[in-house]
Amino acid sequence: MAFAAFGSNNSSKPSKPTKTGKVVIALLAPGLAYLGAFFLTPLIALIMVSLQIPDPAGGYAEYVPALEIGNYGYVIAEYLPHILRSFAYALAATVLALLISYPLAYFIGVKARPWPMLQKLMLTLVIAPFFISFLLRTLAWKQLFSNESWIVTTLQDSGLLDQSQYVVGTPFMVIFGLTYNFIPFMTLPLYTSLERLDIRYLEAGSDLYASPAKVFRKVTLPLSMPGIISGTLLTFIPIAGDYVNASGDFLGSSSTAMIGNVIESNYLQINDYPSASALSVLLMGVILVLVSVYVRKSGTEDLL
Amino acid sequence: MAKEFIARGADLELKQIRKEFPGFVAIDNLDLHVPAGEFFALLGPSGCGKTTTLRLVAGLESPTKGQIYIGGKDVTNTKPHERPVNTVFQSYALFPHMSVLENVAFGLRQRKIDEPLVKAKKALNLVQLAHLADRKPQQLSGGQQQRVALARALVNRPSLLLLDEPLGALDLKLRREMQIELKAIQMEVGLTFLHVTHDQEEAMDMADTVAVMNLGHIEQMGAPEVLYDRPKTVFVSKFLGQSNLLVGDVTSTSANSISIEVGGNKISVPKDRAEKHTGKIAIGFRPEKAIFHTKKPAANSATNVIGAGEIIDIRFTGVSNQYLIEVPNLGNITVFAQNMGQSPVIELGEKVWISWAVEHTFGLSDLPANVEQA
Repeated sequence: MAFAAFGSNNSSKPSKPTKTGKVVIALLAPGLAYLGAFFLTPLIALIMVSLQIPDPAGGYAEYVPALEIGNYGYVIAEYLPHILRSFAYALAATVLALLISYPLAYFIGVKARPWPMLQKLMLTLVIAPFFISFLLRTLAWKQLFSNESWIVTTLQDSGLLDQSQYVVGTPFMVIFGLTYNFIPFMTLPLYTSLERLDIRYLEAGSDLYASPAKVFRKVTLPLSMPGIISGTLLTFIPIAGDYVNASGDFLGSSSTAMIGNVIESNYLQINDYPSASALSVLLMGVILVLVSVYVRKSGTEDLL
Repeated sequence: MAKEFIARGADLELKQIRKEFPGFVAIDNLDLHVPAGEFFALLGPSGCGKTTTLRLVAGLESPTKGQIYIGGKDVTNTKPHERPVNTVFQSYALFPHMSVLENVAFGLRQRKIDEPLVKAKKALNLVQLAHLADRKPQQLSGGQQQRVALARALVNRPSLLLLDEPLGALDLKLRREMQIELKAIQMEVGLTFLHVTHDQEEAMDMADTVAVMNLGHIEQMGAPEVLYDRPKTVFVSKFLGQSNLLVGDVTSTSANSISIEVGGNKISVPKDRAEKHTGKIAIGFRPEKAIFHTKKPAANSATNVIGAGEIIDIRFTGVSNQYLIEVPNLGNITVFAQNMGQSPVIELGEKVWISWAVEHTFGLSDLPANVEQA
């Protein structure tokens, strides 16, 4: 199954190549060339740009190579609220997606086992949103929650919202959109993990005096940890860098701008390339640190 | 609830149990009583309902009909974790994310027993695995995993220990060792053991009482010696060891015995060893109870004689030779002869008579499937 690609627990280390020399290099060459051309080179270029300074002799948006570490201090000082907001939103959306996806994946992967047709149908439904561009779907949500929509007017009439309050442009709407858009990335790895869960461990747990809640906490949850880790990584990392949901054109406003929106405006609107690059490198670095701490804490180093 | 579990065995009673699964009935009208402290074996072929019975007792399935009592208490509607029962699963089902010691301590921790790790360590000592306490289950061999599973169940001192073919995956030598060890542990701790197996030797060797199950009901129940000496149905006579079965109409009845006529041979069975005394019946004898003769033996009221037949197959199995003898109008008869260096040397194709004591004959309540009911 294709979802196995999300699989976890890759404890089997690649075995040592038995055929040495040319064959190995020949087989590795395309991959290495690809990584070199499309990952390493842009990364180095990005870091170099992030250290550039404005051309003293040049005009607007012209920069010269330098080693200006101060760029990083500047962007942190300038955009700290956006950086913090990005990770707060990402954390909230990831937790929400996990809370929604786990029961769903558990139902598909465990409870629906006697009915394979139901399993397939539900999996298809999980993936179905991908058939429509996520931009369109996000715009559709904006429409549904627009200021004149019946949802918002009903909320206002019932007193849950003030007459002057709206939904679009609020942090709630942005987190809602992020959660919605990334739920499949959470559900699928959870499903692959839970689908392999051996029911006999749960029976052994209940045989050993553990209540259903205890069995879940002591057996099901630890055994599905690889799925939880890969699911949360697959959602948290892209959400932290997302710039669509929080943008004013979609579900957000200037008060919800995330680091992705800042990078976008610095790069495309202000043409402050060093700041945009410094923010990108910063984002990457913070995610790298967070993820490695997270994976180490959860005891699934095998994943890295 | 769980804390007041006693360290002594409790008796188990199943009343009128019926279990239906979509499309078939796994168990029909099962009544069973296992006295406290007994080693009880449920023996039967795969699909006979024995594992389902075990799961019903453990609470992993609920019966469609009927009641289950453990130590006199109705537990029919009790959840598995509330039953004073532990299971040694066929697959062991050791938690892969916990160390061996944590696996064994799991039940104690759930019941909030004091010093779970100390008690778990003691249980591992009992199965001689204390030195592997910190390993993960998947780093252990099959036999070691089996012993951990046993320790994990025993450490809770359940009133009733359920064993679901726990020795099935072990090789012969290890299985023998574990059988002896299990029996010794059962005697030592005095718990009630309910052991499910398809291995008739294992059941006869270990159990105080064996219940032979077939197609969702118990065919016959009793001490292993009794079951073997005096099977009551065709299934039991064939499943527990081997049997030669002969089918014929009852032709004469005396004070103590009845006789049937098969292919010109008169075969007698004591009345108290026959289930049916009239009509068409099946009677049988064990291959090792019979001897053969190269000359026709003299007729005798205490001995059944059939023949002459021709030896069509000889198998050497070490301790005994197994002879297959084709008797005209009667069928093939198997005879085991111990290799004691005394029996006559008999060649393939030789003509022989077969005799066995009337008192070793048994009469069954039903007929083999290939015989038309009279």
